[in-house]
Amino acid sequence: MNELRSLYQEVILDHNKNPRNFRVMEDATQVVDGYNPLCGDHYIIYQKVKDDVVVVVTFKGSGCAISKASASLMTTVMKGKTKSEAEVLFQRFHGLVTGEPDLTTHSEELGRLAAFAGVSEFPARVKCAILAWHTVHSALQGKTESVSTE
Amino acid sequence: MTVQQPITSLKKSKTAFDVLRIRKDFPVLSRSVNGHPLVYLDNAATSQKPTVVIQALADYYEEYNSNIHRGVHYLSQKATDAYEDARARIASFINAERPEEIVFVRGTTEAINLVAQTYGRLNIKQGDEIVITELEHHSNIVPWQMISEEKGAQLKVVPMTDDGDLELEEYRRLLGNRTKIVAITHISNALGTINPISEMIAMAHNAGIPVLIDGAQAVAHMAIDVRQLDCDFYAFSGHKMFGPTGVGVLYGKGALLESMPPYQGGGDMIKSVTFQKTTYNDIPHKFEAGTPNISGGIALGVAVDYLRSQDRDGISEHEDSLMEYATSQLSIIRGLEIVGKSKKKASVLSFVLAGVHPHDIGTILDSEGIAIRTGHHCAQPIMIRLGIPATARASFALYNTFDEVDELVKGLKKVAEVFGS
Repeated sequence: MNELRSLYQEVILDHNKNPRNFRVMEDATQVVDGYNPLCGDHYIIYQKVKDDVVVVVTFKGSGCAISKASASLMTTVMKGKTKSEAEVLFQRFHGLVTGEPDLTTHSEELGRLAAFAGVSEFPARVKCAILAWHTVHSALQGKTESVSTE
Repeated sequence: MTVQQPITSLKKSKTAFDVLRIRKDFPVLSRSVNGHPLVYLDNAATSQKPTVVIQALADYYEEYNSNIHRGVHYLSQKATDAYEDARARIASFINAERPEEIVFVRGTTEAINLVAQTYGRLNIKQGDEIVITELEHHSNIVPWQMISEEKGAQLKVVPMTDDGDLELEEYRRLLGNRTKIVAITHISNALGTINPISEMIAMAHNAGIPVLIDGAQAVAHMAIDVRQLDCDFYAFSGHKMFGPTGVGVLYGKGALLESMPPYQGGGDMIKSVTFQKTTYNDIPHKFEAGTPNISGGIALGVAVDYLRSQDRDGISEHEDSLMEYATSQLSIIRGLEIVGKSKKKASVLSFVLAGVHPHDIGTILDSEGIAIRTGHHCAQPIMIRLGIPATARASFALYNTFDEVDELVKGLKKVAEVFGS
């Protein structure tokens, strides 16, 4: 049960139940699809980037608690980040959930994202946690094709 | 939502079926997972293996490993005899007319591809139609799509009701002059529906159309008599019926198999080869190019013996009682909805839980040692039809117990606890 609680932390359950920035953005500069067909997680990420700054990120779609909470939190931390800051965050989050944390990063820098540290104990769920992140990462690199982490 | 029935009336199998004795035959069932005794409810994905099957694999490699159909030496003869003997036992198991009607393949998927690429390629022309159903696994959809695209033929799909029953009137309407083959699953892997295949085969035959049955989910759960069914092809996998992975069976009526071109070219499928002309071997060898899964075929024969040595009516009754019990117990969980409500179901219980994605259910149950399947079960058209992304699926086999159903219910209560619902 303890491991389970470390996976399904309050902050994750909260973002799953009440996802932030959960809406279509009509004036998005990029719209990218993130889809894991085997488990059925499917999100569309909308972002508005201006002068290399991520002005706002929103998302719609459905999936498991881990993927949805991860997408929701991602939209809150990406807001206002420059492209290079976003890249750093992506790498740190990736390290966190795959159990290879960047040792130079203190957990306070990751803030609420640290709630996802428990995912590394559940290898089958890493793909859920990183789906929205990979989708945004791909969008920031100017790619438009659908993203999958399966 | 059904009313809770008294547990005691349902919890006992109506027969003297000795499930605890059977469990001793399956070594993996005594292990623990995540600190809990394993509760294995993913039998529709693959069944566990009894000791006799595991031992048959080891015996082959330890005592008579050798290639078949070509050696004059002792080991090769022994391996050939064991392999062909397994074929004969499988033929008798499904009541085929003769062993030559049993083609060894890798599994159900390859069996269906074989028919699509040989029978299909020979007989399907531009403008023809292939009839499948909305309940099919991807392996009984994609091979037909591939041959349709190649030939310019059309796929016609029999729709299902919200409960997961096929609409037979619609099926009747779809059978026409252009229909070249019908391909139907015996039991839906996603919803558990048992299709009325005898009736559907008869309807197709009245229109002169051959029928392939995907029996992957059926063979472990009910006795199959291909001659009584009168199906033209019947495909199944070894690993879902207590045999090893990587081996399966295509049954085909002898005359049909003889009329079909070979599948793959190579050794074993020929009588003679010159650069000018190759003469193909007789059935079933014509369809079995290359060294096959010898140990797998032999061990599948042993799995067949194992199943036949059991009280098969007792197995069916036990599994039906388990399904009935599980359905009643799960139905009373708040927010849980059973997906697939056909009156005729076997061994598969799909469900969704309000506010909790199936994937999360799977992870939480796993932490309790309970193995179920979550996702679209390789049947995406069903999920699209029902408007859900995925389901959680518990599927039963002869060795599952009523106590395991209780564990599943307890696990699902834990899911509700974690999600605060």
